[in-house]
Order: sequence, then structure tokens, then C-alpha cells
Amino acid sequence: MSGKRVALALALLALLTAPFWVGGVYYVNIVSQILIYAVFAMGVNILLGYAGLVSLGHAGLFGIAAYATAIALSAGLPHSAAILVALIATVAGTAVFAVLALRATGIGFIMITLALGQIIWGLAYRWISLTRGDNGVNVVARPEILGLSLASAEAFYYATLAVFLLAVAVCAIFVASPFGASLKGVRDQPRRMNALGYHVWGIRFCACLFSGLLTGIAGILFVYYTQFISPQSLSLTSSAEVVLMVISGGSGTLLGPLAGAALVVVIKNVASAYIERWNMLLGAIFVAIVIFMPEGLVPGTTRLVRRLFKGRAARAAEDARP
Amino acid sequence: MTALAIAKLEKSFGGLRVTRGIDLAVAPGERRLIIGPNGAGKTTLFNLIAGELRADGGSVALFGQELTRLPSRRRAHLGLSRTYQIITLFPRDTLLRNVMLSLLGLSGLRWNPLRRLEGQRHLMAAAEQALGRVGLAHLALRPLSETSYGERRRVEIAMALAQNPKVLLLDEPFAGLSVDERRDVRKLLAGIPRDVTIVMIEHDMDVALDFAERITVMHFGEIVVEGTRAEIVADPRIKEIYFGE
Repeated sequence: MSGKRVALALALLALLTAPFWVGGVYYVNIVSQILIYAVFAMGVNILLGYAGLVSLGHAGLFGIAAYATAIALSAGLPHSAAILVALIATVAGTAVFAVLALRATGIGFIMITLALGQIIWGLAYRWISLTRGDNGVNVVARPEILGLSLASAEAFYYATLAVFLLAVAVCAIFVASPFGASLKGVRDQPRRMNALGYHVWGIRFCACLFSGLLTGIAGILFVYYTQFISPQSLSLTSSAEVVLMVISGGSGTLLGPLAGAALVVVIKNVASAYIERWNMLLGAIFVAIVIFMPEGLVPGTTRLVRRLFKGRAARAAEDARP
Repeated sequence: MTALAIAKLEKSFGGLRVTRGIDLAVAPGERRLIIGPNGAGKTTLFNLIAGELRADGGSVALFGQELTRLPSRRRAHLGLSRTYQIITLFPRDTLLRNVMLSLLGLSGLRWNPLRRLEGQRHLMAAAEQALGRVGLAHLALRPLSETSYGERRRVEIAMALAQNPKVLLLDEPFAGLSVDERRDVRKLLAGIPRDVTIVMIEHDMDVALDFAERITVMHFGEIVVEGTRAEIVADPRIKEIYFGE
């Protein structure tokens, strides 16, 4: 078994047994939160890492899913219908975002997504008859799956873990597919791809839809996790935070979003209990990552481990020489 | 039927007319050379033919099919391939992957998000074959970033040939190559079958004049002279363009 597979098996084992060793309900909830943000970051990573498009409006899409779920449940719809409505609303919202934002790339794309995200935030804040403004919308109860209630932290954690693992598997298939190769080609050489016969805009549009779908799934998990949604979750800070998760974990990698999400969520929720200026600590960590591992935590750590093993192998070969 | 027919093609950037009523007819299987001093509008002409720039007026037709309003990608599907003066490849990928991307561009598979690209044996075999045509099969799995400039030029040509084009536009394929590399690329171009019509921009006259059957000379966005090698060499306007009066 290769080192990579051993590391992945250990990570999977750690996730599967997390409720038994993290130490209490509070920490089980923190790990659930990490997985939810990891799915959110995976959605952003599809655009940032594989399409070369930085979105600062994804919190808006996350919010559409969360609000749609909460509002549909408030209207009396069952959980399955509410989730379906939320997914349709998010993908439709993403399509509108994409049609408007894909008129540009680079800074233009960033600015348009930022503006669109702010519009959704503004709607959540001011369309009080629908969203209850600053008061937010409550979700009374979590759903049951096959008769199993997700009310407890542990049950919800395992449901979230299942969704997370499914998202990782789908992303892995997507990235290794011909469409994934087309998307990476469009990221690196759009002009060349056009001349080779690719519909550059169409490929970017489809990538946006997939990204929006993952973001929507994260939004639904989030609203069930907190059982509450308010405009704060749709703010520009939330969008920027997820972009930072992707960059710090390693954009264009499958597990980078998980590492980035773990870093941010742990600092925000755990370190903040001990350090008053936790924002400063988070900033310092980001700066350190950019300086020492500019490619992100996952690819950076892989590089360091490879170098370490190479050095050991070279020394062993040196010692073995007669 | 003409392979490539261009009529009254116009393009301006602001007040600067970079192509002025260009008329060009290239016969099927022909090897056509386009020469002219820097700024003559040769690469702009290629960009207009390939659809990377939108013409202000005039028309472009490929084997009788009107292309003028079609986007670049549609032209590739109709049999028009090109290489670039400044090499435009995918440095993070292997040579094989670069050529596979070229093949994928014309395949419906490019939209498939579920199958594994590495599992597409027919694409891999075709990419290996295309690399073999340019003598790079042994480097198929090498990352592009670890290859020489000359090898990258050949990858560009392999990518264009992999699409089985009807008309191939080569933008300075000998630029920046060593003497040995020029010889290799020259041999490679000479081996392209006659069912591919080639239009080439080149500054290296020794190599290019040998290759081409007809030559078109451009200056200030206009076609000044067109003819065989002997006619071009004998024309006094050529000396005037290159060396002044």
C-alpha cells in the first residue's frame, strides 16, 4: 500500500471514529461544522482551483440554499421537498450568477460575484416579509433518515460525514473526467482551448453550476446544523473566509478544502476560547502559509514529506555503499 | 473548389487599418507561404482566419463553407487548425495529455463528467500516434515543462495534426529553433500528406521558400505581390519592401 493510501485510510478512520475521541458533544459539533465548510469550500474550489475563477459571492448561493430550506419548512413542506426546492433554487440562482459574472474573468469576475453576493445579502436583510430580516428564520427540527433521527450531535455528524464523503467521491470523478480535463485546460489556456474546439464559456458555466450545487448542499447541511439562518451567514466575510480556506488548504486539490476548513473552523471556535485576538492568529497563520507553503497546506505537506523520504532514502543508499 | 477563400477582409484597431481588403485563394493541398516585414498584418490575418479576431468586413470560406461569423471553436470542428507564433501549450501536463486535449476538443467526450479520461484508450492511442508523427513518442509521459523549445514546437504541430485538419495554419513554426531542430521540423512538414492544405507564416526564407509553392507578400496590411518563388524573387517591390529604395 502506498504512503498516500495509508494516509487516506488513517484520515478516514479518524473521521469515522471522531465522536469517540474528540471529547464531547461540543467538539463533535465542531467536526460537523468542519465537514460542512469543507463541502462549501469544495464548491468554491471547483471554480477557484479548477476553473481559475475567484468568486466572492458564494456565501450568497450558500444563503439561497439555507433560506430556501428554512422557508420551505416554515411553509409546511416535508424535509425531502424542502431539500429539493433548496437545491433547485440554488442551481437556478447559480445559473443567473454565472450568466452575469461570466461576462468577465479575473478581477471583473471577482467584482461581479461580490456585487451579486451583496445583493443576496441585501435581500436577506431587507426582504423582511420573506426572510424576517435580521431576526432570521428558524428550523424547528432536523429530519429523520430511514427512521433514524438526526437530532443528536453524533447522528448529525455521521449524516454530514456521509454527504462529505459522497461529495469528495463525486469531485474525484469530476476532476479525473474528460470534462475535468477540459475545465483545467480552460483555466490554463482559454484562447488555445477555444481554437481547439472547446466552448470555453459553456465549460465555465457548467463548472459554475456544479460549484453552486455543492455550495447548496453545504447550505442545506448548515441550516440543519444551526437550525437557524440569518443574513450574517451570507456576508462578504463568509465568502472571503471560504476563499481563504481553499487557498490555505490547497486550491485545485481534493483534500485542500478540508484542511482549510479545519484550520479556519478550529481557530474560530476553539482557539478563540483561549485567545482574545484569534483573528490576528488566523491572519498570522495565513501569512505563514503563503510564505512557506504557497501552494497550500495539503500540497505543501506532501512536498515536505516527499523531500523527507527522499533524503532518508538517499542517506540509506549512501550507508549501504561498501 | 478553393480550400481557403478570403475576400476583401478588413480589420482595424482604432484608427489603424491592419488588414486592408485582403483577397486570398489557396488551392486544396497547396503549400502557401505568407511573408512580409514585422507589422505587415500576417498574424492578424491568421487570427481573422481562425476566428480569434472578428473581421470588420469581408469574408472567409473553408472549402466553400462561409466561416466569417462563426466562432473560433466552430472553425476547428470544420477542419481548421493552427499553431501559434508564441507557443501556447499546457505546461503542467505531459506531452501525451497536451495532445489528448487537442483530440478531446473535437470529441463529444469533452462534456462527459463521469468517465475517466485515463480510461479512454482510443484517445491515448491516437495521441501517442500523433506524437509518433513528430518523433516525440518516447517523451509522451514527460511533463511539457521539462522539454526543450524545439520539442514544444513539435508538440504544437502534433496537436494541430491530431485534429486531422483540412487546412493547417502554421505561424512561424521555425522561430527560435536551432539548425538541427529546423531540419527536423522541415522534414516533419514535408511529410504532411497532401490532403492537408498548409498556409505558413515564416521569416526564415531559406527554409520557407523551399517549402512553399506559392508565396504571398504582405506590407502594411495589404497583399503586395503573389506568385511562385521565381516570380517573388524577381519582383523589384520585394527588395524595396525589405531593403528600401
